[in-house]
Amino acid sequence: MKLAALFRTALVLLLLALVIKPTWFTWAFAPFAPDNGAVIYERASLLSLSLSHLSLVALASTAATLVAVTLAILVTRPAGSAFLPLSRTITNMGQTFPPVAVLALAVPALGFGAGPTLVALFLYGLLPIFENAITGLSTLPPATMEAARGIGLSHRQRLLRVELPLAFPVILTGIRLSVVIALGTATIGSTVAASTLGEVIIAGLLTNNTAFVLQGGLIVGLFAVLIYDALVQLEVYLSRRLGAGSSGALASKA
Amino acid sequence: MIEIDRISKLYDGAAAVDAVSMTVETATITAIVGTSGSGKTTLLRMINRLVEPSSGEVRINGESTRSVPKNTLRRRIGYAIQSHGLFPHYTVARNIGTVPTLLGWSKAAIRARVDELLELFSMEPEHFRDRYPAELSGGQQQRVGVARALASRPDLLLMDEPFGALDPIIRARAQEDLRRIQRTLGSTIMLVTHDMEEAIQLGDRVAVMDAGRLVQHGTPAEIIQRPASDFVADMVGGVERPLRLLSLFPLSELVEQGHAEGDALDADTSLRDALSNCLWTGRNAVPVVKDGVALGRVTMDAIRARAEGPR
Amino acid sequence: MPVRSTAWLSPPGVLLAVLGVASLLAPYMTLAANRIVAGEGFKAWQVAGAEFTAPGMLAVAIGLLLGLLPRWHWLRLTGAALGLAGMAWLLSHGAPALLDGAGDYARVSPGAGFWCLLVILALLMADALTHLSPGPLARIGLLLLVLLLMAILLNSGALAQLSILQEYASRKAAFTDATWRHLGLAFGSLAMATAIGVPLGILAYRRERLRKAILPVLSFLQTIPSLAMFGIMIPLLGWFVSVFPGAKAIGIAGVGFAPAFLALVLYSLLPVAGNVVAGLQSTPASAIEAARGMGMSAGQRLLRIELPLGLPVILAGLRIALVQNIGLAVIAGLIGGGGYGAFVFQGLNQTATDLILLGALPTVALALLAAMGMDVIVELTRATPEETS
Repeated sequence: MKLAALFRTALVLLLLALVIKPTWFTWAFAPFAPDNGAVIYERASLLSLSLSHLSLVALASTAATLVAVTLAILVTRPAGSAFLPLSRTITNMGQTFPPVAVLALAVPALGFGAGPTLVALFLYGLLPIFENAITGLSTLPPATMEAARGIGLSHRQRLLRVELPLAFPVILTGIRLSVVIALGTATIGSTVAASTLGEVIIAGLLTNNTAFVLQGGLIVGLFAVLIYDALVQLEVYLSRRLGAGSSGALASKA
Repeated sequence: MIEIDRISKLYDGAAAVDAVSMTVETATITAIVGTSGSGKTTLLRMINRLVEPSSGEVRINGESTRSVPKNTLRRRIGYAIQSHGLFPHYTVARNIGTVPTLLGWSKAAIRARVDELLELFSMEPEHFRDRYPAELSGGQQQRVGVARALASRPDLLLMDEPFGALDPIIRARAQEDLRRIQRTLGSTIMLVTHDMEEAIQLGDRVAVMDAGRLVQHGTPAEIIQRPASDFVADMVGGVERPLRLLSLFPLSELVEQGHAEGDALDADTSLRDALSNCLWTGRNAVPVVKDGVALGRVTMDAIRARAEGPR
Repeated sequence: MPVRSTAWLSPPGVLLAVLGVASLLAPYMTLAANRIVAGEGFKAWQVAGAEFTAPGMLAVAIGLLLGLLPRWHWLRLTGAALGLAGMAWLLSHGAPALLDGAGDYARVSPGAGFWCLLVILALLMADALTHLSPGPLARIGLLLLVLLLMAILLNSGALAQLSILQEYASRKAAFTDATWRHLGLAFGSLAMATAIGVPLGILAYRRERLRKAILPVLSFLQTIPSLAMFGIMIPLLGWFVSVFPGAKAIGIAGVGFAPAFLALVLYSLLPVAGNVVAGLQSTPASAIEAARGMGMSAGQRLLRIELPLGLPVILAGLRIALVQNIGLAVIAGLIGGGGYGAFVFQGLNQTATDLILLGALPTVALALLAAMGMDVIVELTRATPEETS
């Protein structure tokens, strides 16, 4: 466990160094650069690209979470149950749409820039969160729900105090999937002129500068892996706390 | 004949089964009974080497189980478990025919054997052969599980809590069936249970396990009348011991000449049921008949004398 | 569901009808002077003379109205199909009417209203189908019917004047080429991932230590953004080729097909191997205990019990990998790997919407088709125990 923490810290430091002080790594990337070509990407600062990349993802994922969870709450209430089969079909079929295609299709509708990227990230990000929120809210332990009704909690109280907290780890898994996809899709967003870290990779591909490709790829890859890892840790922590009563006891026995 | 010879199993130095020796006669049922963690299941699983013994030996008809490859051994020993373990993607016929198929029997021979076993378990072959386990009731699934274990005419049938998952009524019926089929086929059966009642009902011999040791091995009557330790006495159920003892014997053993009032009972009725009948109808004696012929009577006094423990 | 049986109208039907009417108010088609500039929008009733628009719009209206029914889902399904037919009618009559006298380079394409209405009617169809819950074979039949109708519609020439089909007509050979390349990338990498992932999954299932080591690594591979993964493959393969010159002879190169193929294989390993492990683990413990007790060897258990019982889950993993690969293969267009992605990125470069659509629409269609086809296969393999009753 300690080794993992050490490894994690090392990766975070490496990532920070790559973003803030890219020139430290000139020696490492130089062999990949073409003769007389630039080794370190300098057309825009890597820090500002990273920030704009991450804020695109954060904005889209936050909006997607709010909308998806609200919709999931609506369709899992008795009044919205008529929409449940349709919702399931939409999430199943919607997720077969390739993220790149969603991005490409947003351009004819919205033009170039950060706008279509944001919309594509938002739309695509809805689906995993919506799906997981529906699963989480519709597979609650029946005994707990019965008890919540039995002690006289109102619909609203049941939702806020019992259903949402219990479904939260599952919803969080959806958010993690959504964030990972968004990070990847935002990278491609630079092909529609959104300023993201993909720009570095694309620039490398266009000028046959493998050093750029590697630099951009490394930074984006590290961001994705570390954010994914952080969200997994959060999930583990939360489900351990929630499961401490029942399933935790079972787990410790095994 | 199955000879278990000072067999032990150690896990991390602690003995789960501790030097157990026991002989099982051919064509009998031996019920191994104990609380959970007593080592009874480990003992059973060492016989077909699902668990390898740390020391000791098992001999089947004189031949050490170690002298044959594991899988060959297991194909010669039937094995039935609590949650039946039927293969959900196989039909009933294919499930029952699994071991014969492994042994390379001909298709016709397998089919004949499957039908024979289904008949034996009172399951219409035409009706059940091509069904899947999920389409059967719990009791039917359990019967197919036992039929599958018997398919290759094994020298020995091992059963691990075979009726554990059944509700009481179906369970009683399954126990009767097993008794009947064992008599018909002359099978040798070793059966693990945590239920002393079941052990006493089914076993020709009962083996009581506690903390890895075999604490007593004898006939049901011996176990009830002369428990070897306080633990066994507890297992045979304190206050219920006399009643359990009475349940082992039929009325025919106590018949005497004489007259009694009221409805007659069949000679095969257990003494326990007869006692219950006497109490309910307020009689001191009941008339006994066999095949419609009056044999005499059995008195409450005689039943009471039979239920008395050693002093 | 007590709500539905007492309702007068289908709630999703009401929602879709409202959205449908709203999208009729958006431009149904656009007319542009050439393939680059933005076009002018025309509402559905403006695209042609009333003698053509009236029947089309009537069909759409009837479709949306039938969707309101709380029951009789067959009728709702037929209504949605009628609506789609009406939409095709409007397109095929609108295109020549709008192009008439608009100039040689003029292009007409479906507008936002068309796309929204298409999605709405498709959802209506899906909602009706969910209630009818057809069996796997009926679904295959339906899917083939839809494909047949699409093929007839596209081949009839009724839509040939739409700009995306003009774009297609001018690049027929390149399109066919891209299709084969795309399929080759998606299916080829799936085959390779299966060849590696299935044995890997079986090994990981058998050995807990291997499982704990390999599955996290594969899931981290999945999180790496596709563009970064494709990019990193380039120097990696370039180095490989420089070390093993023989590799070049069999067509492996630092750019193009090879790095794209390799990236797709790496991405597919998690769904393939992960689902093999999950599928094998789903075998009931009692069935394994019984199989061991009956004297089946490890190989016999695997082939007769564990693999057949895990097959639906394993195939579900292949479905995920295939759909994912079809989508990700688009990225290959950026590193010279070909496929539909080449059109998409070329189109983005030239801001040529039709070219983007020419790449994106077949990709989406292929992904949907693969998903539905694999779903049916998964269901067919699952059909043994429960569904025969």
